[in-house]
Amino acid sequence: MKTEAVIALSGNPNSGKTTLFNALTGARQHVGNYPGVTVEKKVGVYTAGNARIRIVDLPGTYSLTAYSLEEVVTRDFLVNEKPDLVIDIVDASNLERNLYLAVQFLELGVPLCIALNMMDVAKSRGIEINVERLRTLLGVPVVPTVARTGRGKRELMETAEKAAAASGPTPLRISYGDDLDRALMEMEKEIQAHCFLTATYPAHWVALKYMENDEQILAKGRAADPQLSKRLEQAIRKVSDHLMATTGNYPEALIADQRYGYIYSILKQGVLSRRTDQHRLYHSDKIDKVLTHRVMGPVVMLLIILGLYHFTFTYSEIPVAWVEGLFEWLGALTVATIPEGMVRSLIVSGIIDGVGGVLSFVPLIMMMFFGIAVLEDSGYLARMAFMLDRVFSLFGLHGSSVMAYIVSGGIAGGCAVPGVMATRTLRSPKERLATLLTAPFMNCGAKLPVFALLIAAFFKENEALFMFAITLVSWTGALAVAKLLRVTVIRGEPTPFVMELPPYRFPVLKGLLIHTWERTWQYIKKAGTVILAISILLWALMSFPRLPASERAAVLAQLKTSAAADTSAFENASEGEKLRNANAALGEAALRYSVAGRIGVALERISRLAGFDWRVNIALIGGFAAKEVVVSTLGTAYSLGEIDVEESLPLSEKLAASPGWRPLTALSLLLFTVFYTPCFITVICISREAGSWKWGIFSMIFNTLLAFVLAITLFQAGRFLGY
Amino acid sequence: MQRILMRQMKDNQSGTIAAIKANGELGRRIRDMGLVPGTPIKIQGRAPLYDPVALRVMNFTLTLRNKEADFIEVDVE
Repeated sequence: MKTEAVIALSGNPNSGKTTLFNALTGARQHVGNYPGVTVEKKVGVYTAGNARIRIVDLPGTYSLTAYSLEEVVTRDFLVNEKPDLVIDIVDASNLERNLYLAVQFLELGVPLCIALNMMDVAKSRGIEINVERLRTLLGVPVVPTVARTGRGKRELMETAEKAAAASGPTPLRISYGDDLDRALMEMEKEIQAHCFLTATYPAHWVALKYMENDEQILAKGRAADPQLSKRLEQAIRKVSDHLMATTGNYPEALIADQRYGYIYSILKQGVLSRRTDQHRLYHSDKIDKVLTHRVMGPVVMLLIILGLYHFTFTYSEIPVAWVEGLFEWLGALTVATIPEGMVRSLIVSGIIDGVGGVLSFVPLIMMMFFGIAVLEDSGYLARMAFMLDRVFSLFGLHGSSVMAYIVSGGIAGGCAVPGVMATRTLRSPKERLATLLTAPFMNCGAKLPVFALLIAAFFKENEALFMFAITLVSWTGALAVAKLLRVTVIRGEPTPFVMELPPYRFPVLKGLLIHTWERTWQYIKKAGTVILAISILLWALMSFPRLPASERAAVLAQLKTSAAADTSAFENASEGEKLRNANAALGEAALRYSVAGRIGVALERISRLAGFDWRVNIALIGGFAAKEVVVSTLGTAYSLGEIDVEESLPLSEKLAASPGWRPLTALSLLLFTVFYTPCFITVICISREAGSWKWGIFSMIFNTLLAFVLAITLFQAGRFLGY
Repeated sequence: MQRILMRQMKDNQSGTIAAIKANGELGRRIRDMGLVPGTPIKIQGRAPLYDPVALRVMNFTLTLRNKEADFIEVDVE
């Protein structure tokens, strides 16, 4: 027995569904996923007086076919969970197309109530709707609403409560033309006689879906009763051939036509009247004359992207510094209270640095998602996709991929974590996967210190040129790999670009804040679990086994011998300097002795091909925690003690003077850093967004191999040419 | 009255959908958005690189790649 009523919200994208959901449930929302897929499931509670209703926000869809994940999720929810009522949010200013989904709900026979939303917009566009007439003709309750202001919310829920209590309706039958109707009737009889899938679906609907060649239902049917399924498919082939010969269309096309015919016939019966020409220009179209203009469009887009960048990365600096400051303070506090040793090292280097590093992204992620939410809700994001699709589709991506690339560091200095999360705005699964796997090739803010170090050491005269070249290399690499993935592991037809350009709207602040908080919270939750564990693991790799006393003594003795050879320097060094030198030498020895160090040494044999010695190898392993760690680890490996990532000048000089280093080595390392495995925070986000750990692991292995191949090629070619 | 492919239509040109020659996912997506025979449309413009194309259908703006517009036949004046 159900204790509380369950109502599902459904509707076309851009119909104001999310706004209505927010208005009904406030902040009492829970965001999860539908089992096994990455489609978000939002559940909230509506209360008024004694009524307490659970509201499920279904994904926005245009139709109930089985082509997109959103549609399958919606259908499965309706038939499996059997909500007491479905509220279909219909954009009143765009009634014809929005009713297409409503008709399909009626065909499926779910208890339905229609929220006729955006009545204000419809009115301003000279559209008059006779609500009473629409209600009579459709046979379901229709309530006019304006979700943005909350108007009609109460009436809607009162009507919904009553409708939910009433008995379910019988599925709607519309005429799809004589040939189809006759065939459907015969199929239905057989389906009924064999109770074929009727436990879940109405018989008529099963017949209809068979006729529409619906893959999900066909698969279920074949599993349930292969012989009957075969008979039905044969019957359909006959009708289909006949229709193809007489009308030149497949049944599914005719069915869609008839659904629209049904809608038009209803609207013509005094439901809809227009006072103005339907092709007249609205404000939104006038704005588009500028914002998608051949010349102005791209210019404005560039300015908006730069603006978003400036907004997020400049203004988040201050709160990021607060968070970092807090964790530095925590670290200092720990150093002051716990005696030196492994426990302190674990807490400071493993836990505080690890979690602090993750949480310091929080302000950045919040502002980035706020910015993206503004662009999305205002309708501009769809225009960006529209303008850039030509370029991105060449590489098997989608116009909307641009956001993820830019945020990840398409303009140097972004971050792949929000970048990967930004792929949620992409509704095409293959394009989305290709985008989130290649976005980490962009130059995030953490790779910049590595570039700065190497450029300062070897290419100081051409700093700007080199940075620009690295950005170009990233973009070229990302697009090329995307293309490669799209013809190999993620191959398949491009998802159609059939996309709505919604009218420009002012975003609703409440919606923006809820959206931003959801994303941020999902990120923080991760930080507490997996990220902490990996952070501790990396710390352990770089700390154990510890340098034994005998080795320590050997290092110190060696230091003394070399100092003795150069007595003047030794004499001049102060006591503090001597101590620092000794500590730095011990640090290097300890790092080399650790598991990470041994891996680094062991890998030297092959990494030599790309010009990397064991020190570079360890630094790159450390870079898996966060790319800027490459710099600090190199510092330790070169016996420089603690290196400030921002002030790496001494290390630059050391590298420039080291015998194993020359410009070609630096170039090879630059290339490797651009392409090798994303940091583990990004890997976790990739796994989450792609819906499987497989893709996270794929990105680690594939990217590292790719980086290695590129670096070896460059290094060996350079050597061959005499550099 | 003349029947042409949507790709060949000029900016701001109006017409009526005559036939959708696509099947499968593309065909269904096109129809889901209300592009069925008899629907009046008007080309609103094209992206800076001339692809995709934006058109007005009923009361909203829809975008399609040129490759996809090749499956749509339109009756124009």
